[in-house]
Amino acid sequence: MTGKYEKVAYYPGCALEGTGHAYNRSTKAVGEALGLEVVELKNWNCCGAMEVKNVDPKLQTYLSARNLSIAQDMGFDTVMAPCNGCYHNLKKAEYDLARDADSKEVNARLSSKAGHRTYEAGKVETIHALDWIKHSIGEEGIRERVRNSLSGLKVANYYGCMYTRPRHIFPEKDKGPGSESTAKPHFMDDILEAAGAENVEYPLKTACCGGAHALSDSDTSTKLVLNLLTTAEACGADVIATECPTCHTGLEMHQVRAEKVLGRKTKVKILYFTQLLGMALGLSPRKVGVHENFSDSRDLIREKGLA
Amino acid sequence: MTTAHASLAIDDVIGRTDAVLAAPETALSRDADALAEELLGAAEAVLMRWLIAHGQVPTDGAIEGFPLLALHRQGARGDPSFNACRETCREIVYHRNLIRLEAAEPERARRVRLAAMVVRHLALFVGGKLETAGLGEFCCSSRPLRQSEYSETRTV
Repeated sequence: MTGKYEKVAYYPGCALEGTGHAYNRSTKAVGEALGLEVVELKNWNCCGAMEVKNVDPKLQTYLSARNLSIAQDMGFDTVMAPCNGCYHNLKKAEYDLARDADSKEVNARLSSKAGHRTYEAGKVETIHALDWIKHSIGEEGIRERVRNSLSGLKVANYYGCMYTRPRHIFPEKDKGPGSESTAKPHFMDDILEAAGAENVEYPLKTACCGGAHALSDSDTSTKLVLNLLTTAEACGADVIATECPTCHTGLEMHQVRAEKVLGRKTKVKILYFTQLLGMALGLSPRKVGVHENFSDSRDLIREKGLA
Repeated sequence: MTTAHASLAIDDVIGRTDAVLAAPETALSRDADALAEELLGAAEAVLMRWLIAHGQVPTDGAIEGFPLLALHRQGARGDPSFNACRETCREIVYHRNLIRLEAAEPERARRVRLAAMVVRHLALFVGGKLETAGLGEFCCSSRPLRQSEYSETRTV
C-alpha cells in the first residue's frame, strides 16, 4: 500500500443513493476489505449531473465547488467520486475555477450568499474510484489480497465516455507509464487482471452508451447499448465490467428492452468492477450488492465459483 | 475519402456492417485489406452525413493521414458533444491499420469484425444525433437540450 489515498473524502453523488446503490455498497465494501477508509462528505449536494449545465454552466461549477469546499472544511485534500458524471463535474469545476474569472466570481458570490467557504482551485484533488484503488493498493497489492480469483472469467471493461472526456480537464492522464490513458483507458483492466480476470479486447470501451437519453430517446439508447452488448459477446466476454452508474443502469435496462422491442437477446452479464473485485477479495455477492443489480448474474457467479 | 462511399446513408452503413459481421471467416480473411478500406470509407460517409446535415462542406483534409479524423475534428468544432465519438473514430483507424499489418488469417477476420462493430457504433451514434436534431443535442456533455422548445415555452 502506498498510503497515498489511504483515507479520502467520499462523494457518492445522487446516483449511488438510487439506481447505482450496488456501486455505493460495493465501493465501500471493497475499501473496507482493502484497509482503505472513506469518509462521506457531510451535507453534500448534487453535482448538477447532466442537467444543470444546460441551465447555467457556472451554477454547475458552483454546485461542484461547494462539495469541494466541504471536503476542505473536513480537512481532506482528496475527494473520491466513483460516479463518472460526478467525477467529470468536479474535475470540470476545478479546471474552470483555475482559469475562468467569471466562474470564480459566480462561485464566490453564491458561496458568500450560502454562507460557506469559497472553494479555491488547487486545494482538493478529485479522484475516481479506479485511481483510488490503482494508486493506493496497486496490482501487486491486489494479487496479494485475492482469496477467490476471477480466473476463467472473461471481462470486457467498459469505461463510458465521461471518464476521459474532455481530455483537458484531466491533466494527470496521458503522462506516460503509470498514468491513465484517455485514448485507451486501462486502470480497470489492470485492477481486474490483478484479481485474476481475463480481459478481452473490447474496442468500444469509451464509446457512448446513450445514457443521457435512456428515457427520452429510448430507441437510440437501446440500439447503442445492444451494439455494446453484442460486441462484448463477440469479443468472448462473460461479463461487462462498469465503473459508471449511468452506463451500468443503461446497459441493464436496455439489455432487457432490446429483447422486448428488438427481439435481440444477449447473455453477457453486467457487474460493477467493485463487485467483481469485492468477490475476488472474498466478499459475498450479497455484500457487494449483486442482488441489487437488474442484470441477474447469479448463475454466472456460481458457475465461476465466486459465490 | 478513402473509397467512394460518400453517397452511403446511415442505414446503408449499418446494413453493410451487418453483412460484414455475417460473412464467413474465409471471406473476411481473403478480403480483409479491401474491407478495412471500405469500413474506413463508410465511417467517413457517416461523418460527412453529419456535416452536410449541418450545412457544412466536408473537408478534404486529413489528420495523421486520415480524412476520418479531419472530418471528426470539423464535426466537433463548436459542438463539444461530438467528441463523444472521437475515440470511436480513432479506434476505427487503429483497427484498419492492424488489419493491414496482420498476416495471420483468423486474426485478420477477427479484426475486420471488430472494425465493423465499431463502425456500426459510430453510425448508430451519429444517426441517433441526427434523428434527435429537432429535439436538441444528443449526448451527456451537450448544450441545452430542447433549447428552442424551452425558448418557445418561455416566450409564451
